[in-house]
Amino acid sequence: MSTDSQPNTGSRSLSPVIIAISFVVLIGFLYLIGQGLRRAYAGPITIGQKVPAFELTTFEGEVIHTADWQGKVIVVNFWASWCKPCEQEAVDLERAWQRYHLGGEVLFLGVNYVDTEPEARAFVAKFGLTYPNGPDLRTKISQMFRIQGVPETYIIDRSGRLAFVKKGPTTLNEISGVVDRLLAQTP
Amino acid sequence: MSGIGLRKLRFSWQYLVWGVLLVLMVGGAMVQSVRAQQPTPSDDEVNAIAKTMYCPVCENVPLDVCPTQACAQWRELIRQKLAEGWTEQQIKDYFVAQYGDRVLGEPPRRGLHWLVYVLPPLSFLAGVLILVNVFRNMRRAKPVIASPDSKVKASSSWDDPYAQQLEEELRRRERGE
Repeated sequence: MSTDSQPNTGSRSLSPVIIAISFVVLIGFLYLIGQGLRRAYAGPITIGQKVPAFELTTFEGEVIHTADWQGKVIVVNFWASWCKPCEQEAVDLERAWQRYHLGGEVLFLGVNYVDTEPEARAFVAKFGLTYPNGPDLRTKISQMFRIQGVPETYIIDRSGRLAFVKKGPTTLNEISGVVDRLLAQTP
Repeated sequence: MSGIGLRKLRFSWQYLVWGVLLVLMVGGAMVQSVRAQQPTPSDDEVNAIAKTMYCPVCENVPLDVCPTQACAQWRELIRQKLAEGWTEQQIKDYFVAQYGDRVLGEPPRRGLHWLVYVLPPLSFLAGVLILVNVFRNMRRAKPVIASPDSKVKASSSWDDPYAQQLEEELRRRERGE
C-alpha cells in the first residue's frame, strides 16, 4: 500500500504590507538610536564654532535673549552654589563685570547649573554678583554648550563665535585678556 | 431710663467689646501655634519621593542615596515643598521644569518617550506572532511519503536530474539489478 500525498511547501509567507511596515518601524527605530548616539557623542562647542542663540531667565524674572546682543561680546559662566571652585572665581567675575558693563559692549551671564534656588540666591548675595544670573531651566543651556562640570566659562566674540573656553575657575586677568582682545576686533 | 441704667449698659458694652477682642486674639494665637506646630516631613517621606528621582549631576544615582551636597540640597527642597503642602506630582513637575526629564526614574509618558513603553510590548507581540506562524507552518508541512510506483510529480525533487538519477539507482538496487 502506498501513500500518495501532495507535497506541502507550508510556506505561508507574511503579507508584504506587514513586512514593509516592519521595515519602516525598524528603520525609524534605528534612526532614533542613531540620533541619540550622535547627540550623546557630539563633542562640546569648539573655538571658532558659531554659538546658537539662547535665552536666560534671571532670578529676578528678566528674560535675556543673546540674539539681542549680536555684535557684542558675551561671557557665559556656568556655576552652582554647591561647587567650591565656583566660589574662587565669583569675585573675579564680578570685578570683570564692573570693568566692562558701563561700556555696554560686553554682556555677562551667570548660568546656575542644577541648583536649588534659595542656595543659588544666597550665593549671588554672598559674592555680591550684579550681572544677570539665572537658573539653567531644564539644563537646556548647559546641554547646548555640552559642559562637563562647573565652573566653566565661555566667551563669545562679536560675530557670535566661540572665542574662549575655560573649564575650571577663571580669573580676572584671564577674562580681561580675552575680552580686551575681542573688543579690539571690528564686528 | 435713669443715668445709672445707662452707665451700666455702657459698662456692659465695653466688657462685651473687650471680651470679643480677647477671644479673637487668643483664637488667632492658637491658630498660629497650630500652624507653627505642623510637623516637618520625615526623612522617610522625603526619601519616598527622592527614590523615584535621579541626581542630575551624578549619573545613575537615585536621589535618596546620593551623597553629594547638591543631592542633600535637593532632598531638603523636597522636604520644604512637602511642608508647604505640595503633592508628589507637583514636586516632580517642579524638578522636571528645573532640571529636565532626566531627573525622573521613569521617562514621562509623552512624545518620543512613549516608545519606551510601546516598543517592548510591541516587539514581544511581534515575536509571539512570528513564533505562532512558524509553528503553524511546521504543523501544516506534512511529510511526503513517496513510493517507487507513485506518480507524484509535483515535488521539486522530480525536476532535479540528480534526484531523478538517485531515485532510478535506488529502484534498480531494489530490483536487484
